[in-house]
Amino acid sequence: MSLFREVPLAAPVAVFKLTADFREDPAPNKVNLGVGAYRTDEGKPWVLPVVKKVEKMIAEDNSLNHEYLPILGLPEFRSSASKIALGEDSPAILEKRVGAVQCLGGTGALKIGAEFLRRWYNGNDNTKTPIYVSAPTWENHNAVFANAGFEDIRPYKYWDAQKRGLDLSGFLGDLESAPEYSIFVLHACAHNPTGTDPSHDEWKQIAEVMKVRFSLFAFFDSAYQGFASGNLEKDAWAVRFFVSQGFEILCAQSFSKNFGLYNERVGNLTVVAKDEDNVNRVLSQMEKIVRITWSNPPSQGARLVAITLTTPELFNEWKDNVKTMADRVLLMRAELKARLLSLGTPGTWEHITQQIGMFSFTGLNPKQVEYLVKEKHIYLMASGRINMCGLTTKNIDYVAESIHEAVTRVQ
Amino acid sequence: MTLRLANAENRLFNRLMQIPAPSSPLLRAPVCGVAPPALRGGERACGGGVVVAPVSVAVPLVALFRSSVVRLSSFCLQSSSVAVMALLKSSKIIPAIGSYGPVLGVLPLRASSWWSEVQMGPPDPILGVTEAFRRDTNPKKMNLGVGAYRDDQGKPYVLNCVRKAEAQIAAKKMDKEYLPIGGLGDFTKACAQLALGPDNEVLKSGRSVTVQTISGTGSLRVGANFLARFHNAARDVYLPKPSWGNHTPIFRDAGMQLKAYAYYDPKTCGFDFNGALDDISKIPEKSVILLHACAHNPTGVDPRPEQWKEMASVIKKRNLLVFFDMAYQGFASGDIDRDAWAVRHFIEQGHNVVLSQSFAKNMGLYGERVGGFTVVCKDTEEAKRVESQLKILIRPMYSNPPMNGARIASTILATPELYKEWLVEVKSMADRIIKMREMLVSNLKKEGSTHNWQHVTDQIGMFCFTGLKPEQVECLINEYSVYMTKDGRISMAGVTSGNVAYLAHAIHAATK
Repeated sequence: MSLFREVPLAAPVAVFKLTADFREDPAPNKVNLGVGAYRTDEGKPWVLPVVKKVEKMIAEDNSLNHEYLPILGLPEFRSSASKIALGEDSPAILEKRVGAVQCLGGTGALKIGAEFLRRWYNGNDNTKTPIYVSAPTWENHNAVFANAGFEDIRPYKYWDAQKRGLDLSGFLGDLESAPEYSIFVLHACAHNPTGTDPSHDEWKQIAEVMKVRFSLFAFFDSAYQGFASGNLEKDAWAVRFFVSQGFEILCAQSFSKNFGLYNERVGNLTVVAKDEDNVNRVLSQMEKIVRITWSNPPSQGARLVAITLTTPELFNEWKDNVKTMADRVLLMRAELKARLLSLGTPGTWEHITQQIGMFSFTGLNPKQVEYLVKEKHIYLMASGRINMCGLTTKNIDYVAESIHEAVTRVQ
Repeated sequence: MTLRLANAENRLFNRLMQIPAPSSPLLRAPVCGVAPPALRGGERACGGGVVVAPVSVAVPLVALFRSSVVRLSSFCLQSSSVAVMALLKSSKIIPAIGSYGPVLGVLPLRASSWWSEVQMGPPDPILGVTEAFRRDTNPKKMNLGVGAYRDDQGKPYVLNCVRKAEAQIAAKKMDKEYLPIGGLGDFTKACAQLALGPDNEVLKSGRSVTVQTISGTGSLRVGANFLARFHNAARDVYLPKPSWGNHTPIFRDAGMQLKAYAYYDPKTCGFDFNGALDDISKIPEKSVILLHACAHNPTGVDPRPEQWKEMASVIKKRNLLVFFDMAYQGFASGDIDRDAWAVRHFIEQGHNVVLSQSFAKNMGLYGERVGGFTVVCKDTEEAKRVESQLKILIRPMYSNPPMNGARIASTILATPELYKEWLVEVKSMADRIIKMREMLVSNLKKEGSTHNWQHVTDQIGMFCFTGLKPEQVECLINEYSVYMTKDGRISMAGVTSGNVAYLAHAIHAATK
């Protein structure tokens, strides 16, 4: 009798199932607005020109080998990645109170951060410490923290479906009423899935509440720096503001989108603490966690990013490439809204251009989504989330008309 | 401090100033003085909260939300610190004091760090060896610590087939899209074939699942988590004594319990076959038993085929779940089929094993993190269920695995000329190790050592359990700058024809 006869068949991860269904669809006009990866106007993946260049450099450098990286990762990668998040002249960096761990993508950074917090945040057993994630949030946030042992994962108000924007008072209310020592997962920019970010003033209010309620912890998830507005500094404003206000934070950074290095799993967990001594002890404990999870991180992507960030011409070229991606997304947003307005599609569509980053929470309800998927072969998440990168000049008319149909025909 | 407050606000302020009721689970430490070393719950070290300035005139107030309480101490009160201002919500501003606008930019958030109780983690014993080696200025120093292959010049070795595969891949100009959660299909297929043999009935019937993992460690971790979640029949994992140091914390952190079976015989520096069989025959049914498929780490002592056969039989009788760790296929004997013999034999005998594979050593892809985790199931339907659950475990760890190394490995395994070249290179690495073993023994004899060093050539793979005692290891490190782990394990990969004589000299000096 098999030991595994009781193992149940798990449901597939929704976003990947969507792409699988899309692939199998024979319709010639099908559109994939599901998974979050950048696409060119031809609907193709885009390997950044600077990435191609640096890959070639790495391949031609015979002094490079495939030896193990240190457990915490490639030092030049860690420091340059943290500089990207905090700013090169960040006082925290100058004061030597910033550390970092190279991780397997943004997910890996969240994982190590979560495992660390569970063991060390408030006493040695944080299984009961509440973790607050935005309502809605990236679907994997829940699983990351649950698998790290946190038993109490709760939503904080975020998306206001009525006004299709940020529910700030709800958010602040949840911050005010959260139990002491609760941990809040904050999206640094380009909120996934809503694309709705707090304004600077709203971030200030959030920070104020967290400051007065000094026992709340800010864990930033920064997966789209540069990709959201096209400008690295703009997209890092919230993280840098919190640091300037004296918060100790964790910041999980992903280079999947802004470097297009999705499958190389390039991530960085930045730690900002009160002083160098605290940083050192924190890193030493994170090292132990890494050692029993993946031992040491993969080399290729980290090398690539480190070389790019630390070589001025390459760094400029990268910023250009990032702006190219961000600009195309902004263009598609503008074009989609314009078409919906000219079609006279019922409802307000301001949110399409007010939202930022790869995703847009269209506001379409599940029935309307089903209509789009089944009748129009336009694949999007049941939540109404679309990936703007899936839009091209060739399919945008079709998509706009289809949304118009869905809204007018399906209630 | 002199403050006059309205009654309601008075209560609020008193909460601030008071030592809280002992029944509160958050507040068990003394208000003043040194915080106890092992804190639990909401206890914070003194000064970990808000500090109120004792200024008599405009005393800034701390107004708190319902549940927050702060503990102050005389230390805190005497320090000339700043205060936190009133809340934005005007209903909570205490009117008796007057209203103060928020002065946020100036105020430190908290006096102490969240992390003040985080202890400094102990250095990793194996990597600690390398660090000490690096600091040593002796030109004759030798690093026999970490297990990474070195050529006869003591340099890292990038395999030619790897370079060729990389060039092939570069020419294809592939994209960088996410891999599936379970990894690159071409890789997982080839990985399983390499371990089981291409004609294996398991592969033909499709009753196994292989997922790509973050090298061997990642594979063990996924496996450990899978067992912890789904192997409810038993919590115990039996490791050979000794085993790779990282096995224990990996399984423990995943929620399993660790036990051991006899394995290494320090008297012979060889396999304690009878001891192992004896221990194994007593292991409770359905427990997990971990076996090193070949080139046991750290001892280099492997069972002979006849011994493996008996072990397989006893393990079958005990109905144990077999977890193979194969990190050195090809690297041990130079022959990939020979090194996988034990795994294949167990499967033939009807054990539905779980298997971890690493390509760090045998393809020199250490830093690319290439590995696989395989579960041999009853049938394809079960394999599908198991696969779905492995994905559920992987997704919250790192979403999906890195591409680079897996592409290199699968290109090598799937391209006949590269595969052939790889077999030759793996054999040459294994042969160099074997030669170094022989040279070490002959040099020891030359030095006049009268000890029996046969185990050095009997043992196999990268590591050699020299039999050196801790004091002798100390001597080698301190007086000869020959670095190894305290258990007397040396990595033969660090030995070259240029330094083997020196090594023999040092060992002889420490042991004569």
